[in-house]
Amino acid sequence: MEQPVLLEMRHIDKVFPGVRALSNVDFTLRAGEIHSLMGENGAGKSTLVKVLTGVYQRDGGTISLLGKRISPKTPKEAQEAGISTVYQEVNLCKNLTVAENIFIGREPRKHGFIDWATINKRAAELLDSLGVHIDVTKTLDHYSVAVQQMIAIARAIDIEAKILILDEPTSSLDEQETQQLFRIIRMLQKQGLGIIFISHFLEQIYELCDHITVLRNGELVGAYEVEKLPRLELIAKMVGKDLNAVKHMDDFAEKSVPQEEVFLEADHIGEVGQLADVALKLHKGEVVGFAGLLGSGRTETAEILFGAHQPTKGQLKVKGKPVQFGSPMGAMRERIAFCPEDRKTAGIIGDLSVRENIILAMQAKDGMFHHIPYSKQVEIADKYIDLLKIKVSDRDQLIKNLSGGNQQKAIIARWLATKPELLILDEPTRGIDVGTKTEIQKMAIELAKKQGMAVVFISSEMDEMTRTCSKLMVMRDRRKVAELTGDEVNSENVMRAIAGGASS
Amino acid sequence: MRGVKKLANDMIASPYFSFGVTVLLFAVLYGTGVAMYKGFLRPQVFFNLFIDNAALIIVTVGITFTLIIVGIDLSVGAVLALSCMVLAWLLANTAVPVWAAVAVVLLMGIVIGAAQGYIITKFDLQPFIITLAGMFFCRGMTAVISRDTIQITNETFTAIASYRIPIGDLGFVSVGAVLALIVLAIAAVVLGFTKFGRAVFAIGGSESSAALMGLPVFRTKVIVYTISGFCSALGGVAYALIMLTGYNLHGLGMEMDAIASSVIGGTLLTGGVAFIPGALFGVLIQGVILTFISFQGTLSAWWTKIVVGALLCVFIVMQALITEQKARLSKKSSMGEPPEKAKPGLAG
Ligand SMILES: Nc1ncnc2c1ncn2[C@@H]1O[C@H](COP(=O)(O)OP(=O)(O)OP(=O)(O)O)[C@@H](O)[C@H]1O
Ligand SMILES: [Mg+2]
Repeated sequence: MEQPVLLEMRHIDKVFPGVRALSNVDFTLRAGEIHSLMGENGAGKSTLVKVLTGVYQRDGGTISLLGKRISPKTPKEAQEAGISTVYQEVNLCKNLTVAENIFIGREPRKHGFIDWATINKRAAELLDSLGVHIDVTKTLDHYSVAVQQMIAIARAIDIEAKILILDEPTSSLDEQETQQLFRIIRMLQKQGLGIIFISHFLEQIYELCDHITVLRNGELVGAYEVEKLPRLELIAKMVGKDLNAVKHMDDFAEKSVPQEEVFLEADHIGEVGQLADVALKLHKGEVVGFAGLLGSGRTETAEILFGAHQPTKGQLKVKGKPVQFGSPMGAMRERIAFCPEDRKTAGIIGDLSVRENIILAMQAKDGMFHHIPYSKQVEIADKYIDLLKIKVSDRDQLIKNLSGGNQQKAIIARWLATKPELLILDEPTRGIDVGTKTEIQKMAIELAKKQGMAVVFISSEMDEMTRTCSKLMVMRDRRKVAELTGDEVNSENVMRAIAGGASS
Repeated sequence: MRGVKKLANDMIASPYFSFGVTVLLFAVLYGTGVAMYKGFLRPQVFFNLFIDNAALIIVTVGITFTLIIVGIDLSVGAVLALSCMVLAWLLANTAVPVWAAVAVVLLMGIVIGAAQGYIITKFDLQPFIITLAGMFFCRGMTAVISRDTIQITNETFTAIASYRIPIGDLGFVSVGAVLALIVLAIAAVVLGFTKFGRAVFAIGGSESSAALMGLPVFRTKVIVYTISGFCSALGGVAYALIMLTGYNLHGLGMEMDAIASSVIGGTLLTGGVAFIPGALFGVLIQGVILTFISFQGTLSAWWTKIVVGALLCVFIVMQALITEQKARLSKKSSMGEPPEKAKPGLAG
């Protein structure tokens, strides 16, 4: 039994200065369908969504909703037509309370005035149903990106809608939050909503979706049923190569073998209320993974190593001599670089060009008044644009006009450009397409092997950790619970350590 | 020990912290006045603050709307002067009744504000530049109407100007002061309890987010500047009630006083944060200083500016510190949460 067609987009064109973001794209969504849009970073997924929701005006094509032609000029019109959206970039206001962020624009009113009591009550109930238990009367800037993402989702699912669009909603959520979200999505599906779900996590696509539309370079590759499209074929379609080429994409070079010399040693460091106890040696040429659940202290450890926090106990040593960073600048002088997890909100400076964003950390390290010649800047920028396959129309393009994934690549490039001896990558592959994901993993290994760099790799995806790292530090409850090296590095051991079982 | 620290942190993070400081400062200044000069204790001295500053209060309310959306309206002083002038001219040279003259002036303010808002929003231009142009335009127009002072002799108008509204036996306030209080109350309700008001704050927080959330950004911004224009014109009427003249140099530099009052009252120039009662106290603090000087008798009135300048610096620094403190706190609270939630995930 075919469900009725909800949405039909035909021959959609969208041109930005210098790029053809969409050309002649068709997209069909039926009621009760969870439909994924797939494609590499910069393929045009978000653009298609934004054309549909009136953020951008299309340059050609037609959109019909339940058989009726629509042309939303603003997100407001789209929302009124029954399209509710969580955009890839966080679209909430930090100065407003959590509750207000959920209800703004559709506030319940009493005697014509906003009924704050009801808003707060309903917001709390709604978030409870999503498994988020927080004080909804606090302003949004009190909460982490993951919580903000849940709030954005709560807002979108509470809006009366026929179509729900989620553009990379899970990129900052943990496993449990993701499952919670999936439950709700399935519930909405049963109510007959059409759902568009975008993600670079293939497992999630295969777990949740029933249809996939693949885009490549702004063009439609095709629309498929999930059962009839095995993973490898999907990847092949996304990257535009044939099946055999893709098959070997995951073949990994040997892991890097650590050198004798220790670059950085953390001698039982801790910080009151943040981190209990971590003892760790980072050798040159070693890729070390920090494993553990969200909130287990991985990020906190990394932040201490980068001088963003000061340890209240223990001692850090760089190449054997005790150091006290005092600030990230101090760590940067010791040639430590940190690519933060929270790239969605922190990191990019939208109104600067890609080139300027890439050389930013280098510039900061050298001092603001040290001039880096333009030709040198161009050379560096081009090198990393090429290395990380950052999709730009030109290196002087404003970074805010890049696709979300490509912005993240530029941030990684920024830290690579400082030529560090220790590179800390916190969730470097979140929001990055499958092809580039493996490239980044390979790159981490290469850097360790060829340049003797020490690399810290933090990720919630177990297989990427076990594939990349020569050593794994497992954390639980803000302390180190196990260290796995060599053959011990496998997901089973990690799981056991996290769950509290005995391990070496 | 930790409890005290936490309390202090909570206080600083509270949205009313800045307002509390402002009120406290006002109380201290007023208390000092009372301690030093006997006359300060008379309730009428307090009421006079409202009477003398009615126009500034109204204008400050208007400019606060624009500051919330990270805009600015530099034309308020000039619109105020133009309003006084048009009012005086109409009453002196035509037979229109007072209510009609006032209506014309208010309508003019609305049109000027809406025009500026439309240009700023439609073409995405700097509010600083557009309202600067508006300021020159309005000052110029004022001079075109008359280079000399026009006295307002209309009987109805002078009667309204000198009308005293008693407050028990304590003293009295003027019609202008009552207007100012009404404007304050309406603004506080509009900003706190209407969709429009909340959209204003959302735009101040992040204009792009507000648009993506489906808020009517364009309309809201135009209305904000329209409100500022309206308040400037109404401020002009209140000003005329005190001065009883139209004059080209009325309200010179008033935009700066208004911005200062708003900032001292807790408005963040980075947008998205303001508190209307705070803005009132911002004005009152300036008023108290002026009262001081008049009681003291020998100091120049310019001391008000000097003190206000110093206060502004202090308050801006304080705001920066609060923002920083808040950022630190928020980091903690976000990290404080995940473990409780994360535990059951894999262990179970
Ligand atoms: N506002 C803009 N101005 C100019 N170019 C833009 C703009 N927005 C997007 N683009 C370009 O359009 C192309 C498609 O971008 P889009 O954001 O749709 O990619 P995406 O498929 O969502 O990628 P990702 O997986 O990284 O989010 C990119 O090449 C991008 O540089
Ligand atoms: Mg995107």
